[in-house]
Amino acid sequence: MEKIIFYILAFIIVVFAIASVTSKKMLRSVIYLLFVLCGIAGIYFLIDYNFLAAIQLTVYAGGIIVLIIFSVVLVHHIEMELEVAKRSKQLLVGLACLIGLGVFLTTIYSHQFNVIETFTTTTTRDIGLGLLSYENGGFILPFELISVLLLASMIGAIIIAKGKKLTDKNNTKL
Amino acid sequence: MIAGISIYEILTVTSILFFIGIYGFITRKNLISILMSIELILNASVINFVVINKYLYPDILQGVFFSIFIIAVAAAETALAVSIIINLYRQIASVEVKDTETMKY
Repeated sequence: MEKIIFYILAFIIVVFAIASVTSKKMLRSVIYLLFVLCGIAGIYFLIDYNFLAAIQLTVYAGGIIVLIIFSVVLVHHIEMELEVAKRSKQLLVGLACLIGLGVFLTTIYSHQFNVIETFTTTTTRDIGLGLLSYENGGFILPFELISVLLLASMIGAIIIAKGKKLTDKNNTKL
Repeated sequence: MIAGISIYEILTVTSILFFIGIYGFITRKNLISILMSIELILNASVINFVVINKYLYPDILQGVFFSIFIIAVAAAETALAVSIIINLYRQIASVEVKDTETMKY
């Protein structure tokens, strides 16, 4: 049963990823990316990391996709056709990617992984305790750094997107 | 771990996803499409972290923490990139890569 679900999810991910990078309509390509992200959340559910799947759905599918759609609608006409690369360049890049994929796959399949056959369940409590622990192997410092990074990027995004200050005819600030 | 699925099959899927992202990153001519391709590449690496953690070291959680941090950094990066794109569109009325010659604020 899980096998069939995994193959369906992998098929969805690969097909919609290809559609997302080759579609000529901008908004459709964003929606295909949304399907890819939902498929990845399905894989997280399948390997029993429910918290990570919830993060994937809320941050990626809920936040980042909405931001990208927002910028697409601000910047493009909805039905505008995208300019695509030359056919020769597409073929060349596709060939290079296939060669790289071949190298990756031969490396992966020739390596012997020591897979441990256990079915442990990770609870959200374990993740929270690990993130906030300051003992050996704890992640409190990167956690705090991430919060500072998010604050800095939020302020930076507001300042960059705001642009110049508006002024009226008499050069007084509004 | 998923019953009946070996680690090789999941790593195959993530490698394919990674190279689809690289293909889009090189062939697309539009800043927003390039941003979407970067999201694909980041997602492929996040799945790799999680899967290797689950299959090889199931009793520790380092891969999960790293994937949470990758997702947070990706969210910050997307917010900044979208604001830069909107500001660029306001200044040169285009988001094509070939029109983008200055990055001066």
